[in-house]
Amino acid sequence: MSSRVEIRITGFGGQGVVLAGHIIGCACAIHADRHATMIQSFGPEARGSACSATLVVSESEVLYPYIRRPDIFVVMSGEGYEKYGQELKENGTLVFEQDLVSPTTVEGQRAFGVPSTRLAESLGKTIVQNIVMVGFFAGVTELVPAEAMRDAVRGSVPAGTEDLNLEAFEKGLEYARKSVSQPAASVANPSLEEVSP
Amino acid sequence: MKADPAGVLTGSHYLDGDFACGEGAMAAGCRFVAGYPITPSTEVVERIARRFPTFGGTFIQMEDELASMAAVVGAAWTGTKTMTVTSGPGFSLMMENIGLAAMMETPCVVVNVQRGGPSTGLPTMVGQGDVMQARWGSHGDYEVIALCPQSPQEAFDLTIDAFNLAEIYRLPVMFLMDECVGHMTEKVVIPEADAIEIEPRRLTEKRPEDFEPYQINGGQTPEFARAGDGYRFHTTGLTHDERGYPVMNDECHDASVRRLVGKIRDNADSIVRFEEEGMDDAEVVVVSFGITARVARLAVEEARSRGIRVGFLRLVVIWPFPEKRIRELAGSVTAFVVPEINLGQIALEVERVAAGQAATWPVLHAGGTVHDPAAITETIVKAASS
Repeated sequence: MSSRVEIRITGFGGQGVVLAGHIIGCACAIHADRHATMIQSFGPEARGSACSATLVVSESEVLYPYIRRPDIFVVMSGEGYEKYGQELKENGTLVFEQDLVSPTTVEGQRAFGVPSTRLAESLGKTIVQNIVMVGFFAGVTELVPAEAMRDAVRGSVPAGTEDLNLEAFEKGLEYARKSVSQPAASVANPSLEEVSP
Repeated sequence: MKADPAGVLTGSHYLDGDFACGEGAMAAGCRFVAGYPITPSTEVVERIARRFPTFGGTFIQMEDELASMAAVVGAAWTGTKTMTVTSGPGFSLMMENIGLAAMMETPCVVVNVQRGGPSTGLPTMVGQGDVMQARWGSHGDYEVIALCPQSPQEAFDLTIDAFNLAEIYRLPVMFLMDECVGHMTEKVVIPEADAIEIEPRRLTEKRPEDFEPYQINGGQTPEFARAGDGYRFHTTGLTHDERGYPVMNDECHDASVRRLVGKIRDNADSIVRFEEEGMDDAEVVVVSFGITARVARLAVEEARSRGIRVGFLRLVVIWPFPEKRIRELAGSVTAFVVPEINLGQIALEVERVAAGQAATWPVLHAGGTVHDPAAITETIVKAASS
């Protein structure tokens, strides 16, 4: 139980919230020898407004499949933050789309922002925003090795889009490495120029 | 025989329970699925509808559940392995033709991804309230086999077992998943095709002139001849003789129905399947199934850490019920604790079999989410101290 990490990923329908959750879970369960149980939210809320996926990652079998209070909260929309922001653990990690979410800094929590939509736009495809976020998540949380995440991205995206998605992943990962090298709690982030190719 | 590699997606996958069930069906050799998609079972047929065209299977989206079940029964008579997929409301509509399948001794698999009921209830949320319906839902006396997976891996593995049991005993086998397992994504390992054991249709080796569709040779299950192969073919939901022709008398009816029931009851020991933990010194035993079994194990671990001698029994095959084992345990333990996401179905069965020798403590919850393990722990503690 002590190794149990609970994660919630949220955004609005169409951002690829479930795919982001799937990739992180797949990286843990298939490419990193962990147990990972993903549950996606079903129901009217999955169409258009706040959409959410939860993950439990553990060294041992996951017996209780739902999350109670996440250790890591990945949020890609303001509405998602409003709905689930309060449940993050006191010492939890917040990972957010900084142009769409304006979080309140809570003492004890770590917060990492990324302009994932703009970074995706810089690749010419806004649709890979979620993969930029997955890369950023990989870098700031170091939950599993980046290589496991890369394998999961490669295996989970539509055939023919692997290169674009891996590029998006690297973009987010690189941004994370710069963020982590700076004091995290201040939510200081390098400018876009610094990470442009 | 070994599985046909065409339907086996060998490898490690990150799949939800519904997809894994679909993969299990295809690995088992299922090549005909008819259904009327319904939450939370839709992904099973989505998966199949996408994969069937790549190796040659037929999926039909039917007009309703009555027709779905009828198509599955009909297609099975061509020798094809068939399945339908639904949830509670559709399961109710299928009951008439499930009875027909039982009476005609048609091998097929019926998947029910359970959601909160009754009626349309909670379409997107978990329930385990169809346990008794799976057993008794159609009219008249018959027996079923029902399996209950606790994970996507088991959704794959046990679907194969469901198809195999359907072939051996020639009956509709119920696959009782629940929304939580169906919509939960985990690692699923699919072995090589030659590591998967498949029961083929038990076709008769007799010459057409010597064959009768419901003649029994020694065992309790008739041999099969495919419609269209030149064998005499007659089957009906009416009480019938060895030729498959209606016979309206008590003598034929008694023999027929006793055989339908007997082929499962008499073989219960080889069909029953459960897992046990910590029975050596157990004073209390938790009996559970499906997703609830996973949550209950947390409660069992917690109770043990508090020094309570508690054992755990998980039903893998839920029907036939492991009467012999529960009766045996009832003689040595003081109580059974039965958590389930319904208002007391397996608890009734445990209580019936324990027959007053040990107490039964249900931990019930009507559906919408899984149990809080603390509620189960609390009942274990009470059961142990009373």
